[in-house]
Amino acid sequence: MDITRLTAMEIREKVINKEISSKEVVKAHLNRIKELDEELNAFITITEEEALKAAERVDEKIKNGESLGKLAGIPIGVKDNIITKNVRTTCGSKMLENYIPPYDATVIERIKAEDGIILGKTNLDEFAGSYSTESSYFGVTKNPIDTERVPGGSSGGSTAAVKAHEVALALGSDTGGSNRQPASYCGIVGIKPTYGLVSRYGLVPLANSLDVVGTFGRNVKDATLLLEVIRGYDEKDPTSMEIEGSSYLEKLKEGIKGMKIALPREYMNMDMDSRVKGKVMETVKLFEILGGHVEEVSLPHVEHYWATYYLIVVSEISSNMARYDGVGYGYRTEDYDSLDELYIKSRTEGFGEEIKRSILAGTYILGSKEGREYYEKAFRVRTLIKEDFDKVFEKYDVILTPTTPNLPFKIGDSIKNPFEMYGSGIFNIPANLAGLCAISVPCGYVDGLPVGLQIIGDRFKEANILKAAYALEEELALGGENNGL
Amino acid sequence: MISKEEILQLAGMCKLKLSDEEIEIFGAMFSNVLEQVKGLDMVNTEGIKPLYFLNSANKSLREDVAGDSLDREEVLKNAPEEEYGYFKLKKVMD
Repeated sequence: MDITRLTAMEIREKVINKEISSKEVVKAHLNRIKELDEELNAFITITEEEALKAAERVDEKIKNGESLGKLAGIPIGVKDNIITKNVRTTCGSKMLENYIPPYDATVIERIKAEDGIILGKTNLDEFAGSYSTESSYFGVTKNPIDTERVPGGSSGGSTAAVKAHEVALALGSDTGGSNRQPASYCGIVGIKPTYGLVSRYGLVPLANSLDVVGTFGRNVKDATLLLEVIRGYDEKDPTSMEIEGSSYLEKLKEGIKGMKIALPREYMNMDMDSRVKGKVMETVKLFEILGGHVEEVSLPHVEHYWATYYLIVVSEISSNMARYDGVGYGYRTEDYDSLDELYIKSRTEGFGEEIKRSILAGTYILGSKEGREYYEKAFRVRTLIKEDFDKVFEKYDVILTPTTPNLPFKIGDSIKNPFEMYGSGIFNIPANLAGLCAISVPCGYVDGLPVGLQIIGDRFKEANILKAAYALEEELALGGENNGL
Repeated sequence: MISKEEILQLAGMCKLKLSDEEIEIFGAMFSNVLEQVKGLDMVNTEGIKPLYFLNSANKSLREDVAGDSLDREEVLKNAPEEEYGYFKLKKVMD
């Protein structure tokens, strides 16, 4: 039996039934990482020693007949912008190359409390600020399906690691598609929860009003399992909320008979890769066969999504990046003669190009009269965008869209055409602007490359999108499938 | 369009030093961005309230009770230089 081929659910079951030990599971995955990661570069830090110790504790619990957590023995990758106690957390930046946090993010505490095993920290675009995982100080991550292509981003290390069976589950973060776009590009399942469902305490902020922590798995059930563990109110994050309701896992099997499904006309009329559109339309038909009622709806402000998002995101980025000054922690330049020089040299040497451009843009927006006017305008348009969705969700349970308008692009292409890369998140950003939940689920391959379907749900109605994704997966049986490696 | 002078002023505000090449790349990209942003002028937002934060309604603040916080020594381990429990810098003239 190749342990790395098991689903997260199967690993837990087999560990608890003593068919395999937790230590065997960890070793099998660490071997897989050693075999593949020199080429893929999905990980920045591998926590071999800690993982083996954690596995020993799980095996000890089993031996003693103690009760086990929901993630018992499951190997998990963590995006490197999520704080881990005593394990360096770099955010893919030279600025934090040697930063070793003295505390755990709430989501990490919850994973540990449920006996999950963290194998390491995964690569990302610097501070999670782009869409290809090419802007990391620690090098480009390759897509396991086609190593000449990007895995998407910014959570590309996590999605590549899950796809390549280096881990069974992973955490990511999503500010404007950073969970869904790379999940689509790597042919796995990625969940972006409702803003407030999961604590952001210990997630290094990119844009606080949009950021969420989300989960990845090779099938819907696995990704749901991890979401179930990390969700819920946290006193340390005042924007987090306690949501009543039963387990998502129990609801998955309810099916979608009678579900009201919306297909936004404006999205489908946008300029996109016809192969992606074709695959998505085939999948939409499947939902009707499965008993859903699909109807076209209007989401009129789509042409303003990008500008609205950009104005908000770069403004929040520039504010957040102001904390990196070379004094308290993070990179400090070696040579300086004044305080100003300390700041300028530390920041200039510590930040990469892409994040610098965002800081400059945000500084313009917040610091100039014209910029400030557009900033105010963006938040009003955001209200209109949210109202568009509120109206649709009065009548419909979920909205279907392509996750991305394109297929995974070649490494290096985004430098030639950054706007094409930014455009890859166009269907993702409204869920962040309106605080909705969404999932990307594989719906098939064209020319050997994966296509993802995005299912968007109303705020805190995760059960709807998970049910729909699960019904589709049952039909397509794509969940654990793989090609490439 | 954004001028080189404006970009240099921005860089000064956010404490960054840019090479000529970086100025050129940012200038070209950001001029394009500003064109796209102007598209928002077409949207009528009169009387529309801005949405700064989600989940701001029905939020009550927790009781102000002192709890454990991070250990000073632990926190200072990440400082590039520290002494006597403070961040340390070289002697600089300002």
